[in-house]
Amino acid sequence: MKQPKTIIEKIWDKHVVHREEGKPDLLYIDLHLVHEVTSPQAFEGLRINQRKVRRPDLTYATVDHNVPTKNRDVIKDKIAKKQMETLKNNCEKFGIPLADMYHPDQGIVHVIGPELGLTQPGKTIVCGDSHTSTHGAFGAIAFGIGTSEVEHVLATQSLWQEKPKTLNVHVEGNLAVGVTAKDLILAIIAKFGIKFGTGHVIEYTGEAIRNLSMEGRMTICNMSIEAGAKAGLISPDEKTIEYLRGKRHVPKGEDFDKKTEEWLSLRTDEGAVYDKQVTIHADEVEPQVTWGTNPGMCVPISGRTPNLQDVDQKADVQRALEYMGLKENQPVTEIEIDHVFIGSCTNSRLSDLQKAAAIVKGRTVNEEVRAIVVPGSFQVKKAAEEKGLDQVFKEAGFEWREAGCSMCLAMNDDIVPPGGRCASTSNRNFEGRQGNGARTHLVSPEMAAAAAIEGHFIDVRKYNQVLERMNR
Amino acid sequence: MEAIQSHTGFVYPLNRANVDTDQIIPKQFLKRIERTGFGKYLFFHWRFDDNGMKRANFSLNEVKYEGATILLAGENFGCGSSREHAPWALLDYGFRIIIAPSFADIFYNNALKNGIIPIQMDAKQVKEWMDEAAQEKLVLTIDLRKKNILKRDGEIIPFEISTYHQKKLLNGWDDIALTLQHEEKIKAYENRYL
Repeated sequence: MKQPKTIIEKIWDKHVVHREEGKPDLLYIDLHLVHEVTSPQAFEGLRINQRKVRRPDLTYATVDHNVPTKNRDVIKDKIAKKQMETLKNNCEKFGIPLADMYHPDQGIVHVIGPELGLTQPGKTIVCGDSHTSTHGAFGAIAFGIGTSEVEHVLATQSLWQEKPKTLNVHVEGNLAVGVTAKDLILAIIAKFGIKFGTGHVIEYTGEAIRNLSMEGRMTICNMSIEAGAKAGLISPDEKTIEYLRGKRHVPKGEDFDKKTEEWLSLRTDEGAVYDKQVTIHADEVEPQVTWGTNPGMCVPISGRTPNLQDVDQKADVQRALEYMGLKENQPVTEIEIDHVFIGSCTNSRLSDLQKAAAIVKGRTVNEEVRAIVVPGSFQVKKAAEEKGLDQVFKEAGFEWREAGCSMCLAMNDDIVPPGGRCASTSNRNFEGRQGNGARTHLVSPEMAAAAAIEGHFIDVRKYNQVLERMNR
Repeated sequence: MEAIQSHTGFVYPLNRANVDTDQIIPKQFLKRIERTGFGKYLFFHWRFDDNGMKRANFSLNEVKYEGATILLAGENFGCGSSREHAPWALLDYGFRIIIAPSFADIFYNNALKNGIIPIQMDAKQVKEWMDEAAQEKLVLTIDLRKKNILKRDGEIIPFEISTYHQKKLLNGWDDIALTLQHEEKIKAYENRYL
């Protein structure tokens, strides 16, 4: 009988081009996504060494980090503009397809990959961006790389990689109404810490994971890197297949049926053993709010900021509280916010916007709050507008923007001012992430929407009637 | 990448855990299209206030740490984004060695690609050196060939690094040139699966 294998080992082993004792594996890369910020020096390296891009057909580029989300025609920042032009020139020179700022497929690289069907089960996917782990939702091994590795993949379509260890995060039971994928992944990171995944690829399993939509699964896998993991993935099932059916870059007809069989066979075999295994109970998870300066510094909405006498890493906690302008033992619901950002590769897809809109509908943004919605892609924006979501947000007092990374990392003009406090659906609450001196609280789209209305954090389940009407 | 066999320098102790790449090099400096010139932006918001003046309460600004080439830090150093601008900034500022109890995966790889030696050292030893370096100048010699660290008082502390990475650092090898030696195998893979 064959040794049972995890999906991680199945995909990895298939992609090993060369294996040698004492060296990492040389791994073939099926899809290389490229954006403007981490690629210019890689292309420059190719030019200096007179190398070509080996497989432009397996490479796809877009602009997302720097793009303006208000008025596309005005890029005040000359250096940012040059970086985007550099990507355009590089793509033309090396023959790489590019969705530029005005292209109908433009968007955050981790939103458009799945949308276009470039992301598929069983693939190895890389990008010069740590949130590449998002694509693991489809049962792919997807991870972020540095610029030297970007250059290496461009030149050779392969990478030297140590075979990662495997880690199973098993989620027992089901999420309660009003508790989302975002809350689950934040609770996982809060429980096990921001480095428990280091050196591992995570496979998420369990009923709660199976019951999530593909977009919810993307939110989970997206934040695997926040647990320190190399990647995070979920074995493909019928939901995966249905999401992919008909997508532009996915095979059609009989070829699709054949692919379906292949994809479903990737699932982790019964009896396969992981290097490490942890369990969390979904029914115990409440809506989450981060209070500190890393994603593990997180409590349920019913919780409080820590008591200094109760914590081990006292200096770090104290520093974080100081930066965040919070006191110890402070109820989270008392924290008043002045900015709301709904967007980012974590939570900017259609269902995220629908869920936030359901909270917002018929209500008004608190007068102390500046709130923006930044769809993850041009296609998400268009679909949302067809459903009238833009009107719902605008009538409530939100700004409705063009697609991009925007206020998640504030490389463009979408910045939280020093001392400003933002309820954000993004993935990192590091110091200065959303602007120098800005304070970030990570939450779900529903929680961000409710905070925008109330001006402080509130348990979104208090908006229960709204939630019951929502498509979960 | 510049080859490195051994290195002697003194330590700057950064007594913080989970130093993320947003702190190492804030995002507003990632727009440049060159690999060089990032040193002046290293730990920018920790080093400088809103008016661009040096902050008195950040230890790297102390005169006694000017010229330090060995960075000693807390656990999970380099967590967060994949930006290689982080090791570029550290190298450009002058750091060739980083010693910490643990590193984030992507940062560890990125450092190696740029000839920085990331040395994983047990937390107790790091803590001891952290205190020592804060008191007086702590000079260390890192010998990559022997995989050990020599202290001025003669104490020798071994460290671990994979033979593969050791060899590459010692020779300053270009990864891509090495990989292209496997061209036939890459082609064979493509013929079989694509």
